[in-house]
Amino acid sequence: MVEHRRFGNLLPHLILLAGIIVVAFPVYLAVIASTHDNAAIANGQMPLYPGTHGLETYWHTIASGTGKTTRQPVGGMMLASLIMATGIAVGKIAISIISAYAIVFFAFPFRMAAFWTIFITLMLPVEVRIYPTYKITSDLSMLDSYSGLILPLIASATATLLFRQFFMTVPKELVEASKMDGAGPIRFFFDTLLPLSVTNIAALFVILFIYGWNQYLWPLLITTRDDMQTIVIGIKKIIDVHDALTEWSVAMATAVLAMLPPVAVVVLMQRLFVKGLIETEK
Amino acid sequence: MANVALRNVRKAYPNGFEAIKGVDIEVGDGQFCVLVGPSGCGKSTLLRMVAGLETVTSGEIDIGGRVVNRVEPADRDIAMVFQNYALYPHMSVYNNMAYGLRNRGMAKGEIDTRVQEAARILELSALLDRKPGQLSGGQRQRVAMGRAIVRQPKAFLFDEPLSNLDAKLRIAMRVEIRKLQRRLGTTSIYVTHDQLEAMTLADILVVMNGGQVEQIGNPLEVYQNPATTFVASFIGAPPMNLIGLRDAGIALAGAGSEAGILGIRPEDLQMVDGAVPDGGVAFDLRVEAIERVGAETYVYGLRAEQAGGAAVSTRPGDLPPGEILVRIPGQSGPAIGERIRAAAVREKLHLFSTDGRKRIALR
Repeated sequence: MVEHRRFGNLLPHLILLAGIIVVAFPVYLAVIASTHDNAAIANGQMPLYPGTHGLETYWHTIASGTGKTTRQPVGGMMLASLIMATGIAVGKIAISIISAYAIVFFAFPFRMAAFWTIFITLMLPVEVRIYPTYKITSDLSMLDSYSGLILPLIASATATLLFRQFFMTVPKELVEASKMDGAGPIRFFFDTLLPLSVTNIAALFVILFIYGWNQYLWPLLITTRDDMQTIVIGIKKIIDVHDALTEWSVAMATAVLAMLPPVAVVVLMQRLFVKGLIETEK
Repeated sequence: MANVALRNVRKAYPNGFEAIKGVDIEVGDGQFCVLVGPSGCGKSTLLRMVAGLETVTSGEIDIGGRVVNRVEPADRDIAMVFQNYALYPHMSVYNNMAYGLRNRGMAKGEIDTRVQEAARILELSALLDRKPGQLSGGQRQRVAMGRAIVRQPKAFLFDEPLSNLDAKLRIAMRVEIRKLQRRLGTTSIYVTHDQLEAMTLADILVVMNGGQVEQIGNPLEVYQNPATTFVASFIGAPPMNLIGLRDAGIALAGAGSEAGILGIRPEDLQMVDGAVPDGGVAFDLRVEAIERVGAETYVYGLRAEQAGGAAVSTRPGDLPPGEILVRIPGQSGPAIGERIRAAAVREKLHLFSTDGRKRIALR
């Protein structure tokens, strides 16, 4: 339905504008706060325009962080988060695309049972199975390690389901043509299926990267070493000071920095992301 | 180049359904064999069994003197053209054709020679860098053909390759496929449900129904001497008139006691004024409908003495009981409601047993 009324568009625009302000204002505030000194923020008289301490604060945050709370520069935390988020996203995609490949293209006993088993893990996020998962991770001596951060989180029913749905739309003649062309299962996977899945993979990567980046409970539980802190945990720790003044400027700068990689991923992969979710042509 | 032979080939699915009930076909070197039949008759299944995409329950499939029942599709030395073309959407036309050769470890130079040659034959040279999505239906069809040609296989298998094209293009591609096959001299098996395609393409026509072969032969031979009422009504358009002898009260001299059904092709019926031709049959009809297609006119007439409930209906889409189709050349013809008399000479009559499974000679 396309309507052209001069004032008909006014109300929707006002609503959208209000929504944008509600979402964007806190972000704006964080950016502004990160450019003022701690005293200005703490005494409640922070102006709504940028201060003069911006560069200094960010440099300080990235390179040294706060000595009292996290004892780590935020740059290091970002690296830890980046490794974890990338590891989770790549791992989830790799595992689920292979599982979906097996479920859709191979006839083996209990194929549907396998699929439903994967499917019901949708109901078992890490928060639900936290004790057994912790126990296993601990028994395998993976506490305080990247493999411990990543591996328990990379099974993904959602991604498997998405790939399965996509694979089921691949014409079976394409599989047969590959067979006639002398391509075995591995070749078919790498030469045909993977190139066709690129947009789907990109879309999933965006979602899963952000999922990984935002992990809080699991890293909090299994990492104790300072150099394994992720940035999301870092923010919490920086704010949580006892008997001293919170370094608000550093906290805000950390929050802004924590936002950047997910934003970058979304912006860079936006086109593929949208294509991956709506594309139907094979 | 090779013979392809199917010997008592059967296919039963685990649920007990018998898709192919014992088929024997012998295709000579360089011959073009067409499998034709209504949907669900098992023709595609049979082709896929030759390709190796379906297992063979029993019997032998022999390509070039080698029984290939247990050979992988890629190692059978055959190439297949699919109904929906099954081109790799992410590969260029060139790569679509080269892919199968690369997988076989062929040298780059040889691949290039073959692809360029195929592209030249199929007039695809200008399109080699395009993706399938940028091509028209006819061009995609050609790429699919090219993919088969470059392999230089012992046999081509076609699975209804033209059914996704519009009518005009279908005729053009039909001729093209036939010319190409003649030129390359490659043994081919072609599946279609279109009897016209089957008639025009085939050296050997195989009419299938319900998982069985109804008749094998040269297309014209099949047309002239259909072995069963199924073949009689399936091959030829418009289909043959099938009339129950007893219901119509026709007494045909020399018909024998076995004969139950009389078949007359619409074009073998002539409008006559007077007497029945010697030994032939004639029908008094009231014209119910007329179709003029330009070069010829189809007259649908209801037999005057027939008050319904007569003609043999072998499949849906047949004429209603008592109705007879007469095909006359040109655009002239009777008017609706007019009474006419249509007759056929004795040589043009076909006789079948009552169940329609057997052709009976008219002495």
